[in-house]
Amino acid sequence: MTSTNKEPVIVVLQMSGGNDYLNTTIPYAEGIYRDSRPVVGVPDEKIIRIDSKIGLHPEMGPLKELYDSGDLAIIHGVGYKDSPRSHFRSMDIWHTCEPDKIGTEGWLGKITRELDPNKENVLTAVSFGAALPRALALPGVPVACVDDLDNYGLLPGIAKEQRNKILDRFARMYSPTIGSGAVMDYLGQTGLDTLEGADILKEAPKLYSSNVEYPDTTIAKKLKGIAQIHLANFGTRVFYCDHGSFDSHSNQVGMHDKLWKDISQGISAFFADLREHNASENVIMFLFSEFGRRVHDNGSGTDHGAGGVAFALGDKVVGGQYGEFPSMKPEHLEQGDVVPSMDFRGVYTTMVEDWFGLDANPIVNGNFEKLAYLK
Amino acid sequence: MANKDIELMAHLMRRAGFGATRSELETRVQKGYDATVEELLDPESQPPVDRWEIMRYQPYAFRSGTIQNFGSSEWLQAMISSQRPLQEKLALFWYMLMPTGVAKTDHYQNENRRIHEFKEIGMGSFYDILMATAKTPGMLFYLDNIENNAKAVNENWGRELLELFSMGVGNYTEIDVREASRAFTGWTYELMLPRGPINRHDQNFIYRPEMHDDGEKTFLGQTGNFNGEDIIRIILQQPATAQFLARHMYNFFVADDVQVPAWGVTPPRDEAAVDLLADTLFESDYDIKKTLRVLFTSDFFKNARFEKIKNPAEIVVSTLRMVGGYEKPFPGLGDMSRQYGYMGMDLLNVPSVEGWHFGAEWINSGSLMRRINFTADMVGDASKPGIQDMINRIKESKKLTPVQLVDQCLDLMGPLDVTETSKQELVMYASEGGDLNFETDTDYEVRITELLQLIVSLREYQYA
Repeated sequence: MTSTNKEPVIVVLQMSGGNDYLNTTIPYAEGIYRDSRPVVGVPDEKIIRIDSKIGLHPEMGPLKELYDSGDLAIIHGVGYKDSPRSHFRSMDIWHTCEPDKIGTEGWLGKITRELDPNKENVLTAVSFGAALPRALALPGVPVACVDDLDNYGLLPGIAKEQRNKILDRFARMYSPTIGSGAVMDYLGQTGLDTLEGADILKEAPKLYSSNVEYPDTTIAKKLKGIAQIHLANFGTRVFYCDHGSFDSHSNQVGMHDKLWKDISQGISAFFADLREHNASENVIMFLFSEFGRRVHDNGSGTDHGAGGVAFALGDKVVGGQYGEFPSMKPEHLEQGDVVPSMDFRGVYTTMVEDWFGLDANPIVNGNFEKLAYLK
Repeated sequence: MANKDIELMAHLMRRAGFGATRSELETRVQKGYDATVEELLDPESQPPVDRWEIMRYQPYAFRSGTIQNFGSSEWLQAMISSQRPLQEKLALFWYMLMPTGVAKTDHYQNENRRIHEFKEIGMGSFYDILMATAKTPGMLFYLDNIENNAKAVNENWGRELLELFSMGVGNYTEIDVREASRAFTGWTYELMLPRGPINRHDQNFIYRPEMHDDGEKTFLGQTGNFNGEDIIRIILQQPATAQFLARHMYNFFVADDVQVPAWGVTPPRDEAAVDLLADTLFESDYDIKKTLRVLFTSDFFKNARFEKIKNPAEIVVSTLRMVGGYEKPFPGLGDMSRQYGYMGMDLLNVPSVEGWHFGAEWINSGSLMRRINFTADMVGDASKPGIQDMINRIKESKKLTPVQLVDQCLDLMGPLDVTETSKQELVMYASEGGDLNFETDTDYEVRITELLQLIVSLREYQYA
């Protein structure tokens, strides 16, 4: 269990599209890496070495600092058996912890339900992005989906003064009316919840001030919004955001660089912001992607693979590397891909049990060996 | 023109299609209710959607692999522009009843192929529809029948065929599931060459006798050396099948029932109506067109105005048909085809084979905000032809009191029935600007569109 007296919070950052494991945490000392990657291989002199085997992508400098201060855990070879190499299916598996059948309940949705069983807070879970990720989907669990915190709410297209008048009418129109039936009552309550969530959230930017400058990138904007909500103390426990696309079938070199530059700088600003406000100790961040990419490049990029890398970051993270980098020897590959050596549900189990203090089995759908990457 | 006629025609067009503009409603009322039903049931009497036109503007819509922005864009364009609205609506019905999802199939072409199959045969016989579903590559893959062979029977398709697509739980045994699955062994597909863009093969059904279990099977009390066709034939001999399909038709076209998993224990909302539809199906060898004719001309249908919550596809398509200007392939079609997904209904990517839960379960705080904001954005644009038409119609009365203005807007947006409270709030809002005089008030467009935006924010507007 954590020793913090503030409620534990998780920020999940999904790297959509399949992040190239081998070019993120690079096994630079192995000849097979160089041989397999004539086009997309990262030049040796640019690699940020962290030990005698592994180096980080050149754009991950800000994360190297977190690694050096013991706040970044690198988790090797994450995935699951018989990876289907389909974006959708694989993402679903990560979201629902159901590799063998189609699941509909998200693991973070289940955590949200456990954290707030009586739905006392409409903002227990907040997702940044247009669509609700399946990880947060669970019937009856409210999740606020925010595209743009500055314009969040009902009818953002209407000019402010007029909009206030309309929303005032809206609240009255959605108030309980006698004898209108269960569905109308349900719609009414949902409308009022929506209004309430939006009313609270729109205060977050107003309450916020910081000396930290976030870069002008989409992921930094999302992370800044998350920081604003966290610092406003609305009781949000689960944050979700995504960045991509990492689907680097072609022209991988510049594309992958830019993605990691934006992510590294955004995360660095985010933690600096929380630390400036003395609000980082109850936050962990988790980064994952639905799969890694093929060992051998295709002459321009890399195709869908299997095993990948995940990261956990935060004050309560025990920095370092976990698990083994899977073998790249041709006889050990499956369809040209490194075979996952660590089940992602074990990685989740650590967070579910040691961070939130919940029973992991019903959330990750089974018992999996966990890793001790949290204090 | 009597308002009752317009109300009823608007109801028919919301259910048998995706709504209609006021001019279209007026034309159809002239033509008559029964004649309109006949026209809807005879799609070949109207021109088809021009697929090649969409292809010219959005070639990726045809071979979209797993690109979400293109996956359902062809279908969306067709739903918006089709002059055969019931054909499109019926494709949605069949797809929702027997869904597959790109999350597993990884193949939008196969998903879209199913939609075209439904458009082609969706008004025919349920036998043909089940046969096409059993053979379509998307389903063969989605429910693993390509792995179903005599040596290792895979029951996924066999089970869902009985449980979700035809009879419903409680009307067959585990042995029947097993025997049905054996009969479908060897039903698989072959890959066509060349491989298409984004690494997807076209696939076609093939029967592989060497994979087929040739032994005797006993299914629902009948014994023989059955193949898949026999299983479907025997399924259709069961009154339970007619009941189950009839209940689905009632639930989709007439009024929201309880969720499907509860059907085994909860009787239908209107038993007499479902019985009538079931009898029609059974006696007509499952003739869908005949059954729909009975449905749309029945009193239980005509009396069921606003007894359903619109699903997200209905929200998006009916709004675009209402505001107009989206009939031809338009820039942003791909982004538009994501909207129903944001509201909880990612077309061609169903969350599971059980399909979507419907009715009030479409609504949560996130999806309600999406629905309202999307619709309000659309009706707030006075430059759209459909909105211009409404403004022009309102303008015909040179001057309106706030009550008259609200009544006119509610009428043009439906006609919509609202509670007294809602009406009061609308009138109070409209009263802030006083009477609307088109000769002196220059801001009439803003006043009207803001009122329309408040109307689409109503709870009542969520009903179809």
